[in-house]
Order: sequence, then C-alpha cells, then structure tokens
Amino acid sequence: MTHIVKPQFRHPRLATNSQGLTRRDYEGVISTLCAGCGHDSVTAAIVEACFELELPAHRVAKMSGIGCSSKTTNYFLNYSHGFNSVHGRMPSVATGANLANRELTYLGVSGDGDTASIGIGQFVHAVRRRVNMLYICENNGTYGLTKGQFSATNDRASKNRKGLDTPFDSIDLCNMAIELGAGFVARSFSGDKAQLVPLIKAGIRYKGFALIDVISPCVTFNNHTTSTKSYEYVRDHNHMIGRLDLVETSAEIEADYAPGTSADVTLHDGSQMRFTKLDESYDPTNRETILPALERYRQRGEVATGLLYLDKREADLHELIGTPDQPLNEIDERALVPGSGPLAAINAAHR
Amino acid sequence: MSRNTVFNEFVLKFGTVNGSGSASANFLCAKVLFRMGLPVSAKNIFPSNIQGLPTWYEIRVSEAGHMARRAGIDVMVAMNPQSYKRDAAEVVPGGTLIYDSTLERRFDRDDIQVIGIPIARLCAEHWTDSRQRQLFKNMIYVGSLISLLGLDDGVVEQLITEQFKSKPKLIEPNLKALHIGRDYARDNIDTPIAVRARMSDKTAGKILMTGNEAAGLGALYAGATVATWYPITPSTSLVENFERHASKLRRTEDGRHNAAVVQAEDELAAVGMAIGASWNGARAFTATSGPGISLMAEFIGLAYFAEIPLVLFDVQRGGPSTGMPTRTQQSDILTCAYASHGDTVHILLLPGDPGECFTMSVDAFDIADRYQTPVFVMSDLDIGMNDWVIDELTWDDSRKLDRGKVLDAAALDAVAEFARYRDVDGDGIPYRTLPGTHPTKGSYFTRGTSHTDTGGYTEDGRLHAQMLERIKYKIEGAAAHLPKPVIDIRDPEARLAIVNFGSTDPAVREGLEELDREGHVMNHMRLRAFPFAQEVRDFAEAHDYLFVIEQNRDSQMRHLLMTEADILGPKLIAVPNIDGMPLTAAFVREFVLQALRRLPGYGEASRIVAQ
Ligand SMILES: Cc1ncc(C[n+]2csc(CCOP(=O)(O)OP(=O)(O)O)c2C)c(N)n1
Ligand code: SF4
Ligand SMILES: [Mg+2]
Repeated sequence: MTHIVKPQFRHPRLATNSQGLTRRDYEGVISTLCAGCGHDSVTAAIVEACFELELPAHRVAKMSGIGCSSKTTNYFLNYSHGFNSVHGRMPSVATGANLANRELTYLGVSGDGDTASIGIGQFVHAVRRRVNMLYICENNGTYGLTKGQFSATNDRASKNRKGLDTPFDSIDLCNMAIELGAGFVARSFSGDKAQLVPLIKAGIRYKGFALIDVISPCVTFNNHTTSTKSYEYVRDHNHMIGRLDLVETSAEIEADYAPGTSADVTLHDGSQMRFTKLDESYDPTNRETILPALERYRQRGEVATGLLYLDKREADLHELIGTPDQPLNEIDERALVPGSGPLAAINAAHR
Repeated sequence: MSRNTVFNEFVLKFGTVNGSGSASANFLCAKVLFRMGLPVSAKNIFPSNIQGLPTWYEIRVSEAGHMARRAGIDVMVAMNPQSYKRDAAEVVPGGTLIYDSTLERRFDRDDIQVIGIPIARLCAEHWTDSRQRQLFKNMIYVGSLISLLGLDDGVVEQLITEQFKSKPKLIEPNLKALHIGRDYARDNIDTPIAVRARMSDKTAGKILMTGNEAAGLGALYAGATVATWYPITPSTSLVENFERHASKLRRTEDGRHNAAVVQAEDELAAVGMAIGASWNGARAFTATSGPGISLMAEFIGLAYFAEIPLVLFDVQRGGPSTGMPTRTQQSDILTCAYASHGDTVHILLLPGDPGECFTMSVDAFDIADRYQTPVFVMSDLDIGMNDWVIDELTWDDSRKLDRGKVLDAAALDAVAEFARYRDVDGDGIPYRTLPGTHPTKGSYFTRGTSHTDTGGYTEDGRLHAQMLERIKYKIEGAAAHLPKPVIDIRDPEARLAIVNFGSTDPAVREGLEELDREGHVMNHMRLRAFPFAQEVRDFAEAHDYLFVIEQNRDSQMRHLLMTEADILGPKLIAVPNIDGMPLTAAFVREFVLQALRRLPGYGEASRIVAQ
C-alpha cells in the first residue's frame, strides 16, 4: 500500500478564500481508512474549518501519534508540514515544536488508544502546560489499527464485537482535561459536521490548550449494537448542551443567559465566539458546576456534546515560562552566541 | 618541616557526613591549592543520599601534572566516626590522619601519624548556636591545614571573602573559625607531616571546571534555544548550568531570555520535545544518564529514520538498571551506538575532559544539523560532576554555526521539485525544510514508517532498502569529519599500544609513563568519536596488540572496534574496570603487566619493538 496523491485538477469555478486557496487546497492525500470510518468525517470537518478560517495552510503544523486516527493528518492540509511521531507521544513533539516557533498553528490529531492509554502521561502534561494547540482525539473506544482491542475510553457497559465487556471503568478525557486546567474543552460527534466545524474553528483560534474529544465510530471493530461508540448509539443519546459559532461582530457579552439565548466571547486574537445555550442548567464558563453537571448526563446515559468548558483567561506555555515574543527558531545567531567576550569573565570565575 | 618533606605531590582526602556543609569547605581547599599554582584533581565520592551517610572528597595535588585519581592517602581528614575505620586503613604508612579529638580515640595504626584537634570543643567554646557549631567545624579543619599542610593564609582568606561576597556578614565568623583551626594546629602540633604544599606556577592559563558546566556552556555557545530534560544524577547540573548561564548571557532587553528550558514529565517527553523543537528549526537538546537513554530509545530511532537533528548528552553512571547512581562508568557505549530497534547506528562524541565537553558540545550541534541525525555526547560522572583543571575556554568569534542543508523560501523557489529524502548531492544527506517556510512548496510528511524520497508512505521493500542504505552511507560519511583520535607515538617501533577514551585518559597517560620507566614502551590512541575514522584502523594495523581500557564489564568499545573497524578480536586485549571509581594509573600498569605476561614473547622483553 503506497500513498495516493490526489489529482491536481482544479475546477475553474472553485471558490478561493483570502489566501487564494480553494477548499481543495486544504485537502491531503487520499484516505486509506475503511469506508465509513468516523475519522474521515473529522478530516472533512478540519478541511472545512481551515478553509473557512482562511488559514495560511503552510503556517499550520499537523502533529499526530500512531493509529488509524493519527494517520489522518496526511489526509488534510497538503501544504502543511506533518509529523506522524510515535505511539502516544505526539504531545511532547508538539510541545517541542511549539517551543521552537510560537507563531505557527498546531493541530494535533490522536486516537483514544494513543491519548488515553500509552500517551496519557504526555497528554496530561501538555494540558497542564497549556501548550497552544488544538488537540483532537478521534475517540472510537477501540484500537482500530491493531484490530479491535478495548481502549481505556470504552464504557463499562459497552461490549466488543464478540459480546465481551471490559471490567474497567472508562476514562473521560474531557473531565480530565477540565480538571487539569485545559482552557477549551469540547466533545463532539464525527457524524455532526454542523457542530464539529465551528468547534474546530474556535479551538484553533483559542490560545492555550484546546481539546475536542470527537466520538468517531470505528465501523469495522466497534459499531455494533452493543457498543456505546456506534453511530446509532451516539445519535440516540446525543445531548447537545449548546451551539457554538464564530461570528463576525460582537454583541454585548452577557454572563448569564437563558436557554435559547446567546452570549458572545471575544477570543485572544479578537475573533468572536457565540454560544447558544440549549440546556438551561449548563454554564460552560463555570468550573464549579460543570463537573457535577457532566456526571448527571453520564448517569442518565447521555453523551453531552458541544463546548463543555471555556477558560476565558487564555494563557499559553510561552507566557507561563516567559519566552521572548520572537520565535526561538528565528533568533539570529549573533543574539544567541555570546562570543569570546563573556568567556573572560567565566574563566575568571573558575580560577 | 623535616628534611624528607615531599612538596606538592600528595593526596588529601576528607571523610565527612553528607549534608553537613563540608562539601563547600572541601572545594575551598581544592581551589586554594589550585590558586597556589598547583594542578589538582578533585573527586567527589558521594552516596545516593541527601543527609547522613558517609561521603568523601579526594584532592590529588601533583606539580608534575598527574591528574588521575591515586590510591593511597597521604593526609586524611577524618571527620566522620562512621567511617573512621576504613578511612584510617587507606592512609599510606608514614601518612597522617587528622580527626576531631573532642572524643579521643585510638586508630590501631602505629605506622601513621594521628593528629587530634578538638574541633567540636573549640566550636562549643566560641559559638552557642547549634547550627553554627556544626558549620564552623568545617572551617576549623580547613584552618588547621594552613599550619599542617601549608595552605596559603592569604589565598584562603581571599577565597572566603569572594565566596561570601553576597553575604558579607558571614565573612568575619568564617575567618574566625579558620584562624581558630590554624592557631590551634600551630600552637599544639609540633611534629611536621610528611607532605606539604607550597606556591608554584603550574596553573597559569588554567581553570577549574566540571564537565557539566562546560557542556552546558557549549550548548549555549552552539546557539541552543530549547533544553528539555528530566532530573537524573549525574546529568542534572548540565541543564542547570545551561539555564544559569543563559539567564545572564541570553538576556533580552525586557528581561526575558532567548531560551526555553522545560523540565519534562519523564525522559520520553524530554526527548520528544527536543525532537519536536529540532524538527521545527531550533537547536534543542536533552541531557540524561543511562536509565533515561533506555526510555528514550524509541524516539531516538524515529529521529534517526526520519532524519531529525538531535543532541543528547549521556552523563554515564554505574549500570545496569539504577545501578550505582553516584559512581562513574562508561557502560552505555553499545546502548547509545545502536540505540533503538531495527538497524540504527549513531554518532558518539567522546570528550576526555571538561574542556572537550565544551568544544564537543558545540560540535555536536553542528554535526547533528549537518547529518540530520542524533548525536550523543558521551560524558560520565567523573568528567561531568568533578572539577578538573583544564585550559581556559576559548571561542573563535569568526566561527559560524553550521545549520546544515535547510532550504529557505528563496531556495525553494529556485528548485524544480523538493524531495525531502532524495540524495541530491551524492553524500547521502538530503535537504530539509522547516514548517511555515513557503506557501506552496517544501511541505512534507515526517514519519517513522517507511517512506519514499518525497516522504510518502511505502511498503515497497526495494525503496525501504534504498532508504536504509542511504542513511547508512550518510552516517559513514560523517566519520571523516568527527573529532579525530588523539594519537601519541611514543616509539615508532613499538608493537604494543593502549587504546582508551573519555575520563580514563589521565590514568592511562600516567600509566604509560610508569610502564615506560619499566621498559615497556607503548603507543597510545585516545578515541574521540564513533563511527571510527580511518586513522583508527591504521593505528590498529600498525600494532600487534592493543590494550583497550574502558570502564565497563563487557568491553563495549572493544566490541565496536571489532565490528565497526574490522580489527581482529585477538589483537584487542580487554582491560575492563567496573568499580565505579575514577581510574588510577596503578590499575592500568598492573593490568597491562599481567596481560603482558600472558602474551607469548612479550612478558619478559624489556623493550618491545619490531622483530
Ligand atoms: C510502542 C508501540 N506499541 C504498540 C503499537 C501498536 N499500535 C499501533 S496503533 C495502536 C492503537 C491505536 O489506537 P487508537 O489510538 O485508538 O487509534 P485508532 O486506530 O483506533 O484510530 C497500537 C496499539 C505501536 N505502534 N507502538
Ligand atoms: S479499523 Fe476502524 S478506525 Fe481504523 S480505519 Fe477502519 S473503521 Fe476506521
Ligand atoms: Mg481508537
């Protein structure tokens, strides 16, 4: 199996954005995933979000680990550099890349095995360090690439294809990320592009660590009727707690708003984000009330989706450790190499 | 002073309690001797413990310049009753043991001079605070050495004044303690001791520095901006020194500094971050010791196969496993040379002292960028943490960093097609691009899976083989451009030679002189890098037997010489040393003499030359 480059044919009527790029330009090589795999829908949503954001594609770095999900960084944004690292270790590679150049957009794609098992340590610490990136976990409750073993996000009640269930409780990545101080935490469903695209756009714009845990069914190993990560189950149990849009202009920011009403928040870079509240009891900016609220949904067997948490403080690793504004990889060597002068004092101090 | 006093050639050892504040007093003595113009070699022999266990500090003074550790202690300052017995046993006949005689005791050795100074009692007479009583004990024994051993008053006082520059209130009481010790010894001890220090001029143009500080400075001078690490003895002070110097030498106008230092959650993350930063065009490094290298292995293979520059400092300690964390060894050679699964071979630089830790640290970044591959700087605990006398550090201001083959936007516009892994120049080294450089050209996909020359995924066995062969060719090509071995032809006709690397060098050079005096003239080659340069093969070719001296059990460098330089096994005589202590010349001499006896036709010869 060798990768297949998409034909370069360009339809003359394809719309271009302010970067002079068409939607097509945000695509990658042809996917080799199973037909119907949720991950391909997430890829499509990323393409759409980047096109709509009018991102200069080459200023995006695509980071991933290993798994069917991690392969997908090759299937979008051909003009971006991609880095398919090792299993579970994308967070550290993304952190290092971000340290070197704080001006690029970092888009990480991982799977539930990659994130919640082998890579959970790195995930936790990337969240805690507030690495400025959007981290998408394509969560199918299984190890797709190694053919269907249970992953740590597989629910207790969810059986595998052979009818066996796991004796262990599942890890909820969103709850974890909220507790660890992630700034932007959302859950979505690969089958709901209308919800997913705005979340991706806002997550890219957010400064700090943004997580979207996307339930993304594995049609081959975990889409049966007894799975809680199947298309059918998620459609039936999806509980949208709110809608989110990036909007052009800002209305007054309201702290409290009733269901069906909206509130706008200005992001760090000036863009406006509008939530429309669908569930009266849920306020995504209130850390104190969201975890109990999420627990109530869980107990009712509902999958809460939408923007679950937003920390309006927006601070990232660079601010926390005080690196200079100029990307470290662009600083001229004359500013980096102290030269022979200071060596005299260093030598003198060692006599 | 007796007629037989030996001047400026002795070993002074302190036996103290870990965490009692003795470390700075002991270092002060080393510095005083160094400032008196005497070459010193100071070895800190410490336990893996924070407080309470015995710890030692050995200072060898040698006006003749022998800087290896030497067994046989001339003057033992025994301040720890826990270790009295073994400390007394180490003193050479005719040597001296100084102890705190507040509680008098016998040492069961009538062949040494025992000097009692009632240190605790003197402290109690002058200070009431218990913490001070404890701390000033150290300065009292230093003071006694002014009278007993000839430490220079003026130099000691000057150093104390410098040391407490930022806390001037402490100068006076420290000097007071110093004088109490000095005067007590002067007034109460009248038998002179057998060795003594006096002023000399052998340290002009020299400094006293640890390898970790030098390597940290090297990284700074190489323009490294990202340091990611996880604490582990004996590498910790490398990154700490990088950060400390960066905070002064890399200060920006607004008070930030041009570097990011991140203490990672473990070594996997530390190396992952360094790889990410390096991939993105910053000079990045990590520093660790054996256990960290084991954890980093998977990532090292990725950097090798995806061709990402990476600098790793391995400050080696006693293995396997957690081993002897505070003892020195050279036992990660094979692990690093072939780190990670699959076919991998890595560049190793082998500094022989802190001076080379500085130069090789700078070189490592150029080499990593040039060859787009991991480069290991193989230091060890002895070089990394002990203070060595080295030449002053120098810097050539005309030196430019070699960032290797990186295409910028203009260069990308000029090429017809960019292929990340294509050998355009015939040297096996492809061109790379950095993310964000050009809107439509130069992007590629970095992966640890097999790839085509444009970075696409492939399962084509032929392409996979080509890729692996090219990378091998690239690394082999580096051999001629790495630091060359240091070759000392002591006799052009000698048929025997010693081969070593790293921190064993002072012991080997001293051992060679001793063997020489006994009629066994041997040549010497100190390896400084792997893969081996042609000079290494030529040197082996020119000798019948080579004693390969190294601090590991399994003669790892000998293995490398056999497999990678095609030197026949029987020619390479293994000389392993694994006690965790810095090597001595006596070990070299005795081991080589023993081995010689087993070599047909060589054992008896007084002068071994070509037949
Ligand atoms: C160190 C290591 N161990 C095991 C593997 C094998 N492996 C590859 S992908 C994978 C699981 C991927 O699961 P997930 O992250 O959920 O991705 P999915 O395929 O489900 O999208 C495993 C165990 C590996 N590549 N590396
Ligand atoms: S195995 Fe599952 S996760 Fe992998 S491509 Fe197929 S459907 Fe998607
Ligand atoms: Mg999965």
